[in-house]
Amino acid sequence: MDVKTWTYLIVGITFALYIGIAIWSRAKSTSEFYVAGGGVSPLANGMATAADWMSAASFISMAGLIAYSGYGGSVFLMGWTGGYVLLALLLAPYLRKYGKFTVPEFIGERFYSKTARVVAVVCLILVSVTYVIGQMKGVGVVFSRFLETDYNTGLFIGMGIVFFYAVLGGMKGITYTQIVQYVVLIFAYTVPAIFISLELTGNPIPQLGLGGDVADGTPMLAKLDTVIQDLGFNQYTSDVMGSKLNMFMYTLSLMIGTAGLPHVIIRFFTVPKVKDARLSAGYALVFIAILYTTAPAVAAMARLNLTETVRDRPYSEILNKEKNRENKKYEWIRQWENTGLLAWVDKNNDRKIQYSAGDAFKGKPDFKKKKVNGTFEPVRDPVVGHRLLHNKPTSNANELFVDKDIIVLANPEIAKLPEWVIALVVAGGLAAALSTAAGLLLAISSAISHDLLKGIMRPNITEKEELKASRIAMIGAILMAGYFGLNPPDFAAGTVAIAFGLAASSIFPVLMMGIFSKRMNRQGAIAGMIAGIGVTLLYVFQHKGIMFIPGTTFLGDMKENWFFGITPNAFGAVGAAVNFAVAFAVSKKFGQPPTEVQELVERIRTPGD
Amino acid sequence: MADPESSQQRRRDYWRENLRIMAWLLAVWFLVSYGCGILFVDELNKISLGGFQLGFWMAQQGSIYVFVVLVFVYVRLMNKLDQKYGFDKEDASETEEKKDA
Repeated sequence: MDVKTWTYLIVGITFALYIGIAIWSRAKSTSEFYVAGGGVSPLANGMATAADWMSAASFISMAGLIAYSGYGGSVFLMGWTGGYVLLALLLAPYLRKYGKFTVPEFIGERFYSKTARVVAVVCLILVSVTYVIGQMKGVGVVFSRFLETDYNTGLFIGMGIVFFYAVLGGMKGITYTQIVQYVVLIFAYTVPAIFISLELTGNPIPQLGLGGDVADGTPMLAKLDTVIQDLGFNQYTSDVMGSKLNMFMYTLSLMIGTAGLPHVIIRFFTVPKVKDARLSAGYALVFIAILYTTAPAVAAMARLNLTETVRDRPYSEILNKEKNRENKKYEWIRQWENTGLLAWVDKNNDRKIQYSAGDAFKGKPDFKKKKVNGTFEPVRDPVVGHRLLHNKPTSNANELFVDKDIIVLANPEIAKLPEWVIALVVAGGLAAALSTAAGLLLAISSAISHDLLKGIMRPNITEKEELKASRIAMIGAILMAGYFGLNPPDFAAGTVAIAFGLAASSIFPVLMMGIFSKRMNRQGAIAGMIAGIGVTLLYVFQHKGIMFIPGTTFLGDMKENWFFGITPNAFGAVGAAVNFAVAFAVSKKFGQPPTEVQELVERIRTPGD
Repeated sequence: MADPESSQQRRRDYWRENLRIMAWLLAVWFLVSYGCGILFVDELNKISLGGFQLGFWMAQQGSIYVFVVLVFVYVRLMNKLDQKYGFDKEDASETEEKKDA
């Protein structure tokens, strides 16, 4: 069977499973819709949390980011796992003890204020919407690349699947599909990694292969350092991202941002007891760590493989597969050229691919096309056969453009793995994007139906009416996500930075103060949240443009203008510090919270009665 | 439940011990990631561990393993603490309560 048949088969089976679960797990009460009835086992919730958490970005983009930032990429690895230590120790058990449905609900009750609840809803929606856009884009991109449907059709299919299990089953349906999606995605991630590690280092465990030796007996990482340094790149194992301070702040921002993501926090409302919430965080971290310790191995090995495959390779070897069966192994270069993730410009006309540091041309590849019988066909070089570009070549020696996403997506092809492995990676990427999208959509819809409608606007509606409202809110959320997926706003590229920055600077601090400071009052909490978000948004906007609209930056995105060299992505931690400081300063000016609120704090600090 | 005074004292003692456990675990959390993985990475890179430099390994592998261990140590210590203070018997009605919440 060829790759396409395999892909249809494997993706088809997984989708059928998700729909089957949707029908089986219809939610009958608001408790089932919001928290799956509160009876999910810690192990099952750990798995679901892992899938909820690991998004299209973790699955598709992270290894590529690490591959091209080397040691600097450690911020993602430590940041996105270390956050779970904070979640387990500082938030999950206490919020579970509080024992209700949503994050804004806790904030509203703890700070005895509808205003606080509304501010929390706004933060939650800002964070979750920016995050969900990335997932919808991921679904569309994966579909269009591998199943040769167009981007929009892919997006509609993805929306349809999520619609089925999220609207029918709410958290209950999402939980059980996430468990299946975890299995699919972790299998899809580790299988190619095992193959590649085995091939490159002879060790089937990628985590060990990363420290293993390549065929000529030198350690893999040392070889990688030498190979890429020869080509003018920075040394892999010591390439610092910005500065040490920037890495420190970036890691901290990602950690507290992770702990403050509402769609992850609400997963801990689904387990029966406080001790289950703690244990469940442990399981979640184990399941996450499997992917996060594999990713750096994939990154380093793929970088080495890719570099050695393309450097000084005559393009004719890629093209002439008829003449020489051996060359079938370079076919992927051509296939990825067709998707625009890879492009080559022959600057010195030697018909060989020169690969070294620096951009081959400015921006993303813009291929030349001509109209043939009503359809656009690529324009190819008449002699060599590669696709020609509009982009103006730069003056450096590098001739190759490689999109970072290729590291995971093309990895199995680069390593010449069997067809079914490639199909599996497609199903895994879809599982990662869909599971995260569903979790985010639930966080958004429950904030609307439970916090805004039931909590503030119409407290007297019956449970049945609320359940109906939550389904309608879910439908609305899916349509909105779909709309943004079809018309990605300009700021889509910076969304992950924004989501983590906002979660870190608003939700995490307010939750922490709600649990750990009995004295924190409503005035302090509201002022803190607004100040935290304000500072973070201001910093991001002044460097990246207001709402990311180009030309509206008033400081320019360059090193000299960064506050102590901290990149906008790493600024969430500063926002959090501002939030804490403002909250404590303001709270001093006003009185203590009412007695019943102080009793609530006492109560959530201990399990049991 | 005994008189409210001692019940409150029991909660306070439990909380104090809880904070101490947290502080120790977070100190380790900080040390392995920010310490070994970022601040002292150059010094640690002088030591090699198989085909790895130790600092690089801590940043991309070791810290994650330690995080996992930390959470399970926390689970164990807290379960013991719950027992010590008699908080391990949770109300069976707690899940019921959720429905009308």
